[in-house]
Amino acid sequence: MSHALSEAFWPHRAACTLACVLRIAHELVEAMVAHARADHPDEACGLIAGPEGTGEPKRHIPMINAARSTTFYEFDSEEWKQVYDQMWDNDEEVVVAYHSHTHTEAYPSRSDAGIASQLGLPGAHYVLVTTKDPDVAEVRAFRIADEVITEEPIEVTGAPEAVQSYKFAHTPDSTVYDCS
Amino acid sequence: MSVQVRIPTILRTHTGGQKLVTGEGDSLAKLFDSLDAQHAGLKGRVVTDEGTLHRFVNVYINDEDVRFIGGLDAALADGDQVTILPAVAGGM
Repeated sequence: MSHALSEAFWPHRAACTLACVLRIAHELVEAMVAHARADHPDEACGLIAGPEGTGEPKRHIPMINAARSTTFYEFDSEEWKQVYDQMWDNDEEVVVAYHSHTHTEAYPSRSDAGIASQLGLPGAHYVLVTTKDPDVAEVRAFRIADEVITEEPIEVTGAPEAVQSYKFAHTPDSTVYDCS
Repeated sequence: MSVQVRIPTILRTHTGGQKLVTGEGDSLAKLFDSLDAQHAGLKGRVVTDEGTLHRFVNVYINDEDVRFIGGLDAALADGDQVTILPAVAGGM
């Protein structure tokens, strides 16, 4: 589907439902990784909001993992309501919903996909950060709809010449150091 | 009695794209019945066939998560605002 046709079907959003590209500032990736490291060995979770209709990630919102678990995460319902109220008042939408895996790869689990498909965040990029390696976190991005997981590339902007704290990987067999 | 309801993006297919709709009812259960009459299919996304809230949906009356104030039996007053949100959760 061409970009123009995609916009005709989804007039409120330039983002597409099939694989797209997550274009994101280096600082926001660093912020997600730092949050995942800080909460390790528990799973960390959060959002990046952006102006409604733009699909541009702008504002990092680390969330409490109400499950406080090494294997599960869930937004705290009271905090989620407060954050949603702010986004509503600012005309923002969820552009990225992220969480960490602390012992497994950065790929959506069965429950990640199942819950996101029941009542999820359409249009959001689901970002996974794994902190299983103590030195370099791996970051991957996906669309999740109807229990179908579609990986999409991450294009980082404003990156410094050398990045030590994270890498991007599109499959476990082909690691791509986008920021080298 | 009129209650405003904020609709999350994923359910706006049931409301013709509207973010904010208005319903009637003095309890949450009655509100969802009234909403479903105008926006077919909306209730089924939030309420199970057994008549309870789906596990991974959050519903608030003003700032209160309704799970702590009676669930679908929670009382509504004129001017209350109801918010429906997806619960954001998962696990390995």
